[in-house]
Amino acid sequence: MQRRWLLFIPLVLFIALGVFLWKGLDLNPFARDSALIDQGMPEFSLTALDDPTVNVDRSALLGHVTLVNVWGSWCPTCKDEMPQLLALHHKGVRIMGVDYKDTRVKARDFLNQFGNPFDVSVFDPDGTLGFDLGVYGAPESFIVDARGVIRYHHTGYIRPEDIQDTILPEIKKWSSS
Amino acid sequence: MVIFLRLAAVWLALVAGQAMAADAPEQFDTPALAARYDALNDVLRCPKCENQAIGDSHSMIAADMRASVARLLREGRSDEAIRHYMVERFGDYVLYDPRLTLRTWLLWGGPLLVLAIGLAIMVGVVRARTRSRDTVSALAPEEQARLDDLLGDPLRTTNHSTDRRDPS
Repeated sequence: MQRRWLLFIPLVLFIALGVFLWKGLDLNPFARDSALIDQGMPEFSLTALDDPTVNVDRSALLGHVTLVNVWGSWCPTCKDEMPQLLALHHKGVRIMGVDYKDTRVKARDFLNQFGNPFDVSVFDPDGTLGFDLGVYGAPESFIVDARGVIRYHHTGYIRPEDIQDTILPEIKKWSSS
Repeated sequence: MVIFLRLAAVWLALVAGQAMAADAPEQFDTPALAARYDALNDVLRCPKCENQAIGDSHSMIAADMRASVARLLREGRSDEAIRHYMVERFGDYVLYDPRLTLRTWLLWGGPLLVLAIGLAIMVGVVRARTRSRDTVSALAPEEQARLDDLLGDPLRTTNHSTDRRDPS
């Protein structure tokens, strides 16, 4: 009789399961960790967006912490993200743009219209670099350290508050190490 | 009627668009390779579309993944190597049958763990019941004697009431 409290165990388990499943309803199914965290940036050999004769490869990332942003002129969210990328660019963040599944003409028009925050621009018409980065939509952003190791993955759109909350602290963190 | 015709035209355009979006089927040199291609398309999960295999999805990334599977098969890679290639890029999410790793052990071990907890509770309950029954029936000897008297122990009744022979 003194063990009567044991009878509440099923109720407690039920409530715990309920809370667990309730939380699950709010999870973003696309917010998954990238498989490439702490892996080297994949090798690639592509051309510069503004010049088809200039080759760009992985060495463009070495020596500086870089924000790699995968975008495309076909992607509406990328337009909304441009002000944040420009703000980061003005704060001195080095940004490499990967123009994913796009055409040079449309991409150039897009950058003329919305501004060009990219220190390096790579043209990835077939999405091969995007594929090797595990990208299945745009925009996506990665922070790559000076040794070319992927340190942080930002799923989707960089919101204005993400600049101060996550992107700048992460850039700082990997710049000092 | 005009509206109906317009709707029909829109519907036809959509259907035609979808049909064109579906890429040309892959051609392989051997039926074995084609069978492996179909099998891999069934076990790899499209990262964009939550619960579709890449073979079932019209999304851009699923088409890219199918093309990669076909290319890797032609290069002579094993099924395991191809699955690994996809996991390296898109994570364990792409496998419908996830591997046993530090992150997924709970997925595989969870049911066994719950079974073990259930068995432990059951054993505990059964033991507790047995013990409590023992304590209830353990009466002092005089109490037991009195109880037997009250219940009319058949053995004692025999001794006292029917055996009236004199000792010889």
